[in-house]
Amino acid sequence: MKNKEGNKMKEILATGLIGLSLAVSGYAHAEPVKIGVITTLSGGGAGLGIDMRDAFTLAIEQSGNEEIELVIEDDAQKPELAVQIAEKMIQSDKVDLMTGIIWSNLAMAVVPNAVAQDVIYLSPNAGPSVLAGANCHPNYFNVAYQNDNFHEAMGQYANQDYKNTFILAPNYPAGKDSLTGFKRFYKGELAGEVYTQVGQTDYAAEIAQIRASGADSVFFFLPGGMGIAFMKQYAQSGVDIPVMGPAFSFSQDILPAVGDAALGVKNSATWAKDLDNEANKAFVEAFQAEYNRLPSVYAAQSWDTANLILSALSKASVKDKEAFRAALKEADFDSVRGEFKFNTNNHPIQNVYIREVVKEDDVLTNKIVGTAFEDHTDAYAEQCSMQ
Amino acid sequence: MSTALLIEQLLNGLQLGVMLFLMAAGLTLIFGVMGLINLAHGSFYMIGAFACATVAAATGSFWTGLVASLIAAAAAGAIVEMAVIRRLYERDHLDQVLATFALILIFSEGTRWLFGSFPLYLDIPPLLHGAVPLPGGGQYQLYRLAIIGVGIVVAVGLYLLISRTRLGMRIRAGESDREMIAALGVDISTLYTVVFALGAALAGLAGALVGALQSVQVGMGEPVLILAFVVIVIGGIGSIKGALFGAVLVGVVDTLGRLLLPQALTLMLPPSQAALIGGALASMLIYIVMALILAFRPSGLFAAQS
Amino acid sequence: MRKVVTREAIANGSLALLLLAVPFAAIAMDEPFYVTLATRIAILALAAVGLNIALGLGGLVSFGHAAFFGLGGYAAGILATHAFNAEPLLLGIPATTSMPVIWLVALVVCGLVALPIGAVSLRTSGVYFIMITLAFAQMIYYFAISWPAYGGQDGLSIYVRNSFPGVNTALPLPLFLICYGLLLLGLVLFWTLRNSRFGAALQAARQNPTRLAAVGIAPFNIRLTAFTVSAMITGLAGALFADLNRFTSPSMLSWHMSGELIVLIILGGRGRLFGPVAGAMLFVLFEFALGGITERWQLFLGLILLGVVLFARGGLMGFIAGRERHG
Repeated sequence: MKNKEGNKMKEILATGLIGLSLAVSGYAHAEPVKIGVITTLSGGGAGLGIDMRDAFTLAIEQSGNEEIELVIEDDAQKPELAVQIAEKMIQSDKVDLMTGIIWSNLAMAVVPNAVAQDVIYLSPNAGPSVLAGANCHPNYFNVAYQNDNFHEAMGQYANQDYKNTFILAPNYPAGKDSLTGFKRFYKGELAGEVYTQVGQTDYAAEIAQIRASGADSVFFFLPGGMGIAFMKQYAQSGVDIPVMGPAFSFSQDILPAVGDAALGVKNSATWAKDLDNEANKAFVEAFQAEYNRLPSVYAAQSWDTANLILSALSKASVKDKEAFRAALKEADFDSVRGEFKFNTNNHPIQNVYIREVVKEDDVLTNKIVGTAFEDHTDAYAEQCSMQ
Repeated sequence: MSTALLIEQLLNGLQLGVMLFLMAAGLTLIFGVMGLINLAHGSFYMIGAFACATVAAATGSFWTGLVASLIAAAAAGAIVEMAVIRRLYERDHLDQVLATFALILIFSEGTRWLFGSFPLYLDIPPLLHGAVPLPGGGQYQLYRLAIIGVGIVVAVGLYLLISRTRLGMRIRAGESDREMIAALGVDISTLYTVVFALGAALAGLAGALVGALQSVQVGMGEPVLILAFVVIVIGGIGSIKGALFGAVLVGVVDTLGRLLLPQALTLMLPPSQAALIGGALASMLIYIVMALILAFRPSGLFAAQS
Repeated sequence: MRKVVTREAIANGSLALLLLAVPFAAIAMDEPFYVTLATRIAILALAAVGLNIALGLGGLVSFGHAAFFGLGGYAAGILATHAFNAEPLLLGIPATTSMPVIWLVALVVCGLVALPIGAVSLRTSGVYFIMITLAFAQMIYYFAISWPAYGGQDGLSIYVRNSFPGVNTALPLPLFLICYGLLLLGLVLFWTLRNSRFGAALQAARQNPTRLAAVGIAPFNIRLTAFTVSAMITGLAGALFADLNRFTSPSMLSWHMSGELIVLIILGGRGRLFGPVAGAMLFVLFEFALGGITERWQLFLGLILLGVVLFARGGLMGFIAGRERHG
């Protein structure tokens, strides 16, 4: 806890120092840059936001670029509050760039207005389909994934071994997108398709249905506490049909809470801590040294977002939007995910991997066991005309 | 659909109902005796789960954790009663709603401060792993059966406590005539603290039991709290019997609704559509049931007093 | 009543002027965000003025007014979305982006929904009333989350703010003035209602329903009317809120929102004409200032609220304008 407060102090100090110091940084375009970070730091979903913030601030700190000022605020996972903070950051703090939002519904509330006011927004996690397709925008860069991607990868993977999958997701747009994404690549039969209540914590009824369905596999998308509850109850129920899902229910922030129930489960993500590249090794090491815990996929995406910004800053002035957007689009940074390019709709072209939950020195984590897609894009890019 | 699945789902509904009963019993007792509407009851549920998870992780024993959850929730309840709640008995419901709403904010952020932002781990005890066979070929998880058992024990215990003991007599007296028991020389403020702590302990117990099934995290008490309110309103506020009946009704209706509504709709709609719309209707179902019951029985099914 | 200017009137006037002055000062200091903040205050105050009719005058503690706030928001969002995509509504009725029409729709929809909800809920009283209004709001909340047509949990973005004849609503100041104007209208309505025969009957229904029935007035009808009017005003505020944020979502319908509306009234002073205004000012200020200081702001917000309920019973209006006068 001390550590976090310490960071806060550092931010405040940095803010003060910028006013005093002359540009001492060695950067080619050493000019003050303000980045607004709106993320979830309180309430039940705070774990994801904290990982996001910690990785982001660490990356900026390590860069040694002292001209970057961060304005970090908590959205408490409430869309209305996120909108208000965004307005404040744009109108009052006059930020040059914005990032940080974890949840799709908050991104939908903030992003369209922010980008319309000529602020560049970089998404470190959420990727709703609307923003990838019809409503894409030159000021909107998604550094994470399009929401369907992980589910598509799981659908592709399921074709290898399974013919009759039972699928379930919460009854909201991201859940619907998830099952649609899975079905887009899955060729087998569906043993059942169930939409659960948002925030549901008891899955006994669904697990009974799964057992009775005769399925040979289960695909589920239940982020946060919903996934923890489902996995625990599934393991306890004694049903031994193999489970798979996107990384959200198997990411480092919640694996300790799921416990051994997660062991051996295959899940899809664009990153894992054992991904073999220099940038990733440095990232995992730095994050562990600073915070004394393993990074999650949210931390990885956020780290990439920070480094993408840093790479663009070294090429162009953030005040020259046109040039800065071009610099971002080049994606000339060492991604912890290896190869990383932007598609025409400013969404990633990247590999999606299949991971397996394993135990290393008594700590649950993921290791990569396969690649579902190479240079995967999203299904909405062609609907994007980027005006 | 097979009979086995139906029996299993009925048991699931019963288990959800029992869990709601543990929450609702405390709420309805507190309302019946002190006339207090307590939105912060869900926080005791959360405290119970966190206490159990922390102690179980430290000692390796779920059972020690369970005891800790009772103690922690009861202690939190007693402290809150003495510091805040007792100033609210004379106030109207509006002040009570607001003050206990504020308590939710304080408890949630306070818990996050103490325990960090990541969900905690809590598993069912090894003793209760496994399943028992059901008639018709299915099987049912032992731990969930144990929860149903705990619920029955608590229900019987509360019945005996209220009808057979001195404390119960005072509680009954407190429900019907407050001046009277003060005149009888009962220390009413101690009685209130005890009742409040008892209610909190039951909520903490529910949190600990359910914490082993789901995720132990900040805010986990809120959805349960709303359901518990639905339960006591359906049952008639102040009535333990009503709470039991309401809890089982809500549990069974909710579970079967989630199962049957989407299936019923597949007769008319394509599967994806049926799943979506059935899911939407199922999530509204218990509130519809509650509105219907209150429309015909404005003070619930077992109104305790006029 | 005989005194021409009471202390409360001075306080009310000062609050009204203060809220009006903030945006102009903000523009002068080139801090347009504070105009947005003032607009937010005006809209939340209007929503609470609506609730205050039921809660303050009628003693009807509705814990489900977020339902109407959200329905108003969805009225604005759905009409704007249809108009943006040039899709007609049901039965080929064209959609619109005109604020006055949207307001009318929000008022009518909320009125039509509030009537049956009120008719059922008002059969109960006390805690049952609190809980059944909550239940109805939850019903609508879950419906909105899971119904796919209008964004579900993701909500609806309003890509271009709706228009008002002769005004550029994209600028912060005109939008503020529109909301402020409607807030004043809402306050006038509240004042007129309170001092009318209807208001007297409503307050009598709260204090002594038997006597009211004895003089041949049915408390039920009076209460139902008050509940419906109250819901309509809160719905209007919801439509404005959606336009301010250019976004509407189920979180406007959540029980937290219902709680916040009650908080506004208590913070300001219940039943007081300017209670909601004072409450909204305080609440938005707390939320904004605390949120900037610490990520644990909700803890401190809770402590402050608790302090107000326990130790400052009249709310802010009680503090600055003294105890409420009767007579």
